Amino acid sequence: MSEMDPRLTTAQLYLNGVSVSFDGFKALNNLALTVEPGEMRAIIGPNGAGKTTMMDVITGKTRPDDGDVIFEGTRDLTTLDEATIANLGIGRKFQKPTVFEMHSVEDNLILALKADRRAFANLRWSETAPEMERIESILKTIRMTATRHRLAGSLSHGQKQWLEIGMLLAQEPKLLLVDEPVAGMTDAETHQTAELLKEINREKTVIVVEHDMTFVRALGVKVTCLHEGSVLAEGSIDQVSTDERVIEVYLGR
Amino acid sequence: MARRNAPIIRTLDKGAMAFLFLVAVAAIAIPAANLLLPPSSPFHVPTYLVALFGKYVCYALLALSIDLIWGYCGILSLGHGAFFALGGYAMGMYLMRQIGTRGVYADPILPDFMVFLNWKELPVFWYGFQHFPYAMLMVLLAPGALAFVFGWFAFRSRVTGVYLSIITQAMTFALMLGFFRNNFGFGGNNGLTDFKDILGFNVQAQSTRNALFIASCIALALCFIVCRALVTSKFGKVLVAIRDAESRTRFLGYRVESYKLFVWTLSACMAGIAGALYVPQVGIINPSEFAPGNSIEAVIWVAVGGRGTLTGAVLGAILVNYAKTTFTSGFLAEYWLFLLGGLFIAVTLFLPRGIVGTASHWWRERRDRDDAVAGDAAARPAE
Ligand SMILES: Nc1ncnc2c1ncn2[C@@H]1O[C@H](COP(=O)(O)OP(=O)(O)OP(=O)(O)O)[C@@H](O)[C@H]1O
Ligand SMILES: [Mg+2]
Repeated sequence: MSEMDPRLTTAQLYLNGVSVSFDGFKALNNLALTVEPGEMRAIIGPNGAGKTTMMDVITGKTRPDDGDVIFEGTRDLTTLDEATIANLGIGRKFQKPTVFEMHSVEDNLILALKADRRAFANLRWSETAPEMERIESILKTIRMTATRHRLAGSLSHGQKQWLEIGMLLAQEPKLLLVDEPVAGMTDAETHQTAELLKEINREKTVIVVEHDMTFVRALGVKVTCLHEGSVLAEGSIDQVSTDERVIEVYLGR
Repeated sequence: MARRNAPIIRTLDKGAMAFLFLVAVAAIAIPAANLLLPPSSPFHVPTYLVALFGKYVCYALLALSIDLIWGYCGILSLGHGAFFALGGYAMGMYLMRQIGTRGVYADPILPDFMVFLNWKELPVFWYGFQHFPYAMLMVLLAPGALAFVFGWFAFRSRVTGVYLSIITQAMTFALMLGFFRNNFGFGGNNGLTDFKDILGFNVQAQSTRNALFIASCIALALCFIVCRALVTSKFGKVLVAIRDAESRTRFLGYRVESYKLFVWTLSACMAGIAGALYVPQVGIINPSEFAPGNSIEAVIWVAVGGRGTLTGAVLGAILVNYAKTTFTSGFLAEYWLFLLGGLFIAVTLFLPRGIVGTASHWWRERRDRDDAVAGDAAARPAE
């Protein structure tokens, strides 16, 4: 880390030489990726390209065999656990929507709300007015005010996606990792999600993984195509989608 | 917009108040029926029954402590009997030291079993137990410290699910083997017994039995309030989150192991209190209290009553133990374990939420349906 190029320290997230193997199979292979503060980056790539594994590495779920993962130029994420990384300001929406099924929509948001995470701080806790206002506004943003008391387990797939995005908002992270947010959504909902992510991106850095090319196009941001655990192409959506290798391994199938 | 209730109202909702009311009624009515009514009255409760009910209340408190961790945090302990027994031993040591010169060997310091084993001095870990406050501190500290150390290692290494259950079984089994040994210093397989008095009152006396019953009810009520306060706080929401999606909770930034360690240790202390109240009422504590089967039985009480409900754990403990008393005193005695196993299977298959869980689920469904109907009616335009 000491010999790191000082320019790289300005990056919000810096991955270099990251490799992960599962029983000899290289899910990530010498992956390099740099995301600037305030940037939104779309990640595409065929199934099994390593997109989710990359998010696992960033959030501390998977330890890489090799490589640097640096957040804000100073924190080496490969040495930290999930909770510490989350508290540094990295929030994640999972590919398979994971919400707390036995909690109401509102309680899911309350749990995600940026606040003291320590056990003792939560023993004597009752909702403050600003916190409740925040919940109200998130409920409105994700259009779930009317379903606030429903158990999250009873929601449809699309609603769970929205709830999880709401939880991300409540967390107020600096960097959002969003894995396939529009799977199971209608065209109208997909469009709304793109708008919402653009809105969020005004203040925060976002990395979004998605297969839906219409959605990626609607975002209008720099695209990285992963293949077999490393970067195949990077650039604007037009550059990447006309790249021959990208067409061969991904788009043209 | 729905305004939220104050924490106190959330903690003591209608169900909780009804439960506390019933405990209070039992705490008053049973001693009153024993002390005030003549034995000829049909409502008279004989003293042996007061002690039996007291025992049930202690079991109920043990079940409550299990429900707190299993029902709300998903930690299935198959070794909670160990914490119960440790609390019981701490109380037993106090009671032993109260015997003094009234023992068979009339040694003012050494309990009988030590004289019998030819010990000359009181082991250091028996020091201080003649003082009631110190012994009570140990009732909390012995199970609490064991749970803390156990939990520290287990939760930090992320041992969960069936693996955790198995090592809790191993823990109680190992303790049982230890306490069976004479040189362990706790009376070997005879355990601690022949108690004379507690705080200067004869443990066998009718009034003491009633006092112990009332004390057990108070302990149950207080622990219930603590559990309610915990599970209705944000801490409680985090516990349920851990139960249902542990790794998701970590990704929100919660340090899961701290939450588990806290609630696990608290639960062990409650089990210890239950054991401490149990010992003077049954008059003996021996290593069989550590038997792995006891811990499993306690888990069955919770499953029958309904886990994640608190009141269900109490109800389950009382019902199953009442059934046990009834069956083991009749010709069906030999079949009790089969019956208990059958009950567990039946509950798992046909009543997975347990008694209270099923009832409250049914009630909630009905209310939601009524709400929905009312909502539809309101939404329909006037004709
Ligand atoms: N825990 C694991 N153990 C073994 N193999 C794994 C594990 N996690 C991922 N893999 C493998 O690593 C490869 C990359 O998986 P990953 O989930 O990162 O792909 P992805 O790009 O997210 O694909 P998709 O578009 O289908 O979500 C896959 O071949 C997958 O089977
Ligand atoms: Mg994936």
